[in-house]
Amino acid sequence: MSNAFIAFQKNDDSRCIVEAILEDNPNAMVDDQPSMVKIDVPNRLVIKRETVEEKMGRAFDLQELQLHLITISGHLDETDDEFTLSWNS
Amino acid sequence: MAIDLRTVSITPLRQTFGHLARRMGADKPASRYLEATMDLQPVENYHYRPTWEPERDIFDTRRTAITMKDWYALKDPRQYYYGAWTLARGKMQEIAEGDFDLVEDLGLAAAYPAAGKERALKVFLPLRHVAWGSNLNKAYVSSYAYGIAMSQAACYASMDQLGVAQYVSRLGLAFNDLDALAEAKTAWLQGAEWQELRRYMEDVMVGQDWFEVLIAQDFALEGLLYPLIYERFNEKLNAAHGPVFSMLTRFQREWFGETSKWLDAVLKACAADNPENKAQLATWIKAWRERALVALKPVAALAFGDEADAILEELVQNLTARAAKAGIAL
Repeated sequence: MSNAFIAFQKNDDSRCIVEAILEDNPNAMVDDQPSMVKIDVPNRLVIKRETVEEKMGRAFDLQELQLHLITISGHLDETDDEFTLSWNS
Repeated sequence: MAIDLRTVSITPLRQTFGHLARRMGADKPASRYLEATMDLQPVENYHYRPTWEPERDIFDTRRTAITMKDWYALKDPRQYYYGAWTLARGKMQEIAEGDFDLVEDLGLAAAYPAAGKERALKVFLPLRHVAWGSNLNKAYVSSYAYGIAMSQAACYASMDQLGVAQYVSRLGLAFNDLDALAEAKTAWLQGAEWQELRRYMEDVMVGQDWFEVLIAQDFALEGLLYPLIYERFNEKLNAAHGPVFSMLTRFQREWFGETSKWLDAVLKACAADNPENKAQLATWIKAWRERALVALKPVAALAFGDEADAILEELVQNLTARAAKAGIAL
């Protein structure tokens, strides 16, 4: 089973996104590096708009995460409410 | 010569301040909001009592009947610290200014039907005095509340009301210049429809318990007044005369939607702390809701005529539902 992963630049916004990912993906592994944070989840990683909004305290458009994005791996499925990376296995 | 490249990763010694790490139970990065809020107010080593209230400390939990195990549980879900708040309001103001500019450039206010203008001015413009009173009452909450979580959010809301008062005034100026303001003031001071509301505002101004003032002003009164004016009355004017009134009241509508989220979260956290709080909140809400109804009835009658009672009835139900959502059964 491969990991789906996503990496962000570290800043105030991405910290909330990471918190949301950790809440919604119990198997997530965080690789905390200087100025970058990478999150690995076996098989499937999901980012939910609602959880991010709760962490940020404001409305959030999932496309905003592109501003902080460094890289991703996995097949991407994007809707208004969820941003999902996964491997077919 | 061989050059040996090495990567050195430097990990910071701490992720956040010590008092936040102790609160969160781990040394992890905290949001700007938490850093600018938690435990900032002094809690001990008060050297002097205030001369104006020598039986209390400067910051004293006994200024309200509400008790909290942790006053910082009354967090703001919008996460406003000063910087975030000014940015958010700056954005809202820019959009609202755009609407005012558009209305002026296209001469929409001048073209607004005279009947619509008259109704709007009659029902709406005296509310600039309510907004100013609301500014005072929220400032009272901010001055005497315990804990920065509460006092900073109340302070922002208080300043917001000055903005609301200005936007209400500017609508008046756009519709009927300075005469509009003078007439609204006369109505507020002498008009029979406004005296109950004025009495309500003035009674809240002399309230002692800051949490009760918050309930009376923000929840009971504004929880009925804003939907009444900015939703129902607005819809009625739109249907009859076009959307200019909506454009000139955009700030208030957005402000109320956003600020309700804060207030509901505060009530929920407060009611969840202990059953005495829950009972106290229910008592206050019931009492002030009754009074707010008496105060708003003549205004609603002015705006809606025969439909007024049915509309108020519905708004009261919505308010009760909001309280229920916060865990307060009325």
